[in-house]
Amino acid sequence: MTDTSHIPYRYLQDPTLYRVEQQRIFQGPTWHYLCLEAELPQQGSFVTTQIGETPLVVVRGDDGSVRVMINRCRHKGALVCVEPRGQAATLRCLYHGWSYHLDGRLRLVPFEKGIEGKGGMPACFNKADHGLLPVRSEVFNGVVFGTLADATEPLETYLGPEMCQQLRRVFHKPVEVLGYYHQVLHNNWKLYAENARDSYHATILHAFYATFKLNRLTMGGGLVVNHDGWNTMNYSVGASLQEGGYDAKEMRSVMPDIGLAGPQLLDHRLEYADGITVAIQSIFPACVHQQIYNTLAMRQLVPLGPDKSELHWTVFGYVDDDAELRALRLRQGNLIGPAGYVSMEDGVIGEYVQRGIAGAAADEQAILMMGGSDIASVTDSRANETTVRGFWQGYRTLMGDALDD
Amino acid sequence: MTDFLANAQLLLRIQQLQTRYVHVIDDDRMEEWPQLFTTNGRYTITTRENHRARLPLALYSCEGHGMLQDRVTGYRRINVYEPQCYRHQISALEIETHAAGGWRCRSNFLVVRTLQRGDMSVFATGCYVDRIVEEGDVLKFAERLVITDSRQTDTLLVIPL
Repeated sequence: MTDTSHIPYRYLQDPTLYRVEQQRIFQGPTWHYLCLEAELPQQGSFVTTQIGETPLVVVRGDDGSVRVMINRCRHKGALVCVEPRGQAATLRCLYHGWSYHLDGRLRLVPFEKGIEGKGGMPACFNKADHGLLPVRSEVFNGVVFGTLADATEPLETYLGPEMCQQLRRVFHKPVEVLGYYHQVLHNNWKLYAENARDSYHATILHAFYATFKLNRLTMGGGLVVNHDGWNTMNYSVGASLQEGGYDAKEMRSVMPDIGLAGPQLLDHRLEYADGITVAIQSIFPACVHQQIYNTLAMRQLVPLGPDKSELHWTVFGYVDDDAELRALRLRQGNLIGPAGYVSMEDGVIGEYVQRGIAGAAADEQAILMMGGSDIASVTDSRANETTVRGFWQGYRTLMGDALDD
Repeated sequence: MTDFLANAQLLLRIQQLQTRYVHVIDDDRMEEWPQLFTTNGRYTITTRENHRARLPLALYSCEGHGMLQDRVTGYRRINVYEPQCYRHQISALEIETHAAGGWRCRSNFLVVRTLQRGDMSVFATGCYVDRIVEEGDVLKFAERLVITDSRQTDTLLVIPL
């Protein structure tokens, strides 16, 4: 195992590495969150999405099953489905009208036989060979994942038992989407991937967390890593808060004189028997699943270049939410997303790193030594960067010799 | 003629409220922002994407002066962001209905955001859908719904639109 307690800044800047990442990480043996089955309510429902830069369409077929295909017409390569979400009887390319069945088979090529036998496709052209390219997918408790590599392990093996358990915990009954956020980040995608795994920053940068005691490192909680550290979870148990540790003189994030004039913002309901009030799960490389009080969301991270990325948030509740619980979830929407009291800082902090490391020497690197250099679950302290090291373990494993100096 | 003058006067009064609103934000007098709403006034920012799909999630949702004031506290003291300011352009004000006890209005906005190093961008465009009522002889927002045209937020949103 290589040392992941020091990470060169060039990993966050190098355009060559960015290209290699598309092949080895995003088109490599990794699983990616694509959408929720709840977004595909009926036959012909579709969602367009991406794995890295590759455009995909997820479709519920005539037989009711969910399929994932590359969203690229086999004729000239144009997008077939353009809208973020929709409903279609067939998937038809706008350019020359090539049309596909919901399962991806090519059903119609306009003027395939020419006009009165003249022109048209040659006899050797076989529609059966030109369906939309299928993408391997698995649906886990209503969450749709895809992978572009044949070699990827089965999803449950890839996730590991603890990560499966966390997904089952939240996706234990039908969900429905409450809305979306989309946030452009002016930083390398890996800075956000790290950030979501980083429990050290959460209650220091995000002053709202510590000031209003939603989350503090002095609460019970833990860091869970599995699959060699690739997938991780940070969680805290609100009721177990111990006093001390946060010194208002030393930490900006604790402001004892601030109160909420509208305290209903923090009204919440304990939904899970384990008492966990905040749980942030990261699935390598680019998916985050969150529970922050009663806000539930999937976040999908899409790289847009070496120093730009986009974060797509899908916020959901349960179909059987009572009116009061639904109102709590929606009010707590103020906590999350690009305007969220506890998450807006993540929109800019990666950019501050990206700007800070500009011009760094080739041997300058980030220090990730909190808690040592191990990559292992921790239950006694969250002043530990083991989950961040886990991300870099996965990254180094897949990037291999591309990272050699 | 009397109706015409009465309508013109109402339009001017509503424009005055809109003008006060944009100056309070653009001049960074945010402490005065909640006072432009009724005590139970509601302020919501959502995207056209969520609004059209009838999805209830908002970027920002305040119910009453307390939650409005908390957003000001967040902006002043709690949240971290690159120092920035807005310049609002408001147009196409229309009074849609003269409902009992108030008026439903809509107007368009364009907000240019300037960051501390001078980067400027069109941060948001969209429309306001308002319910305006009279308190004493002062007009206030009972409800202001902000619908942004783009589904994307660049970096973060901390100052209300």
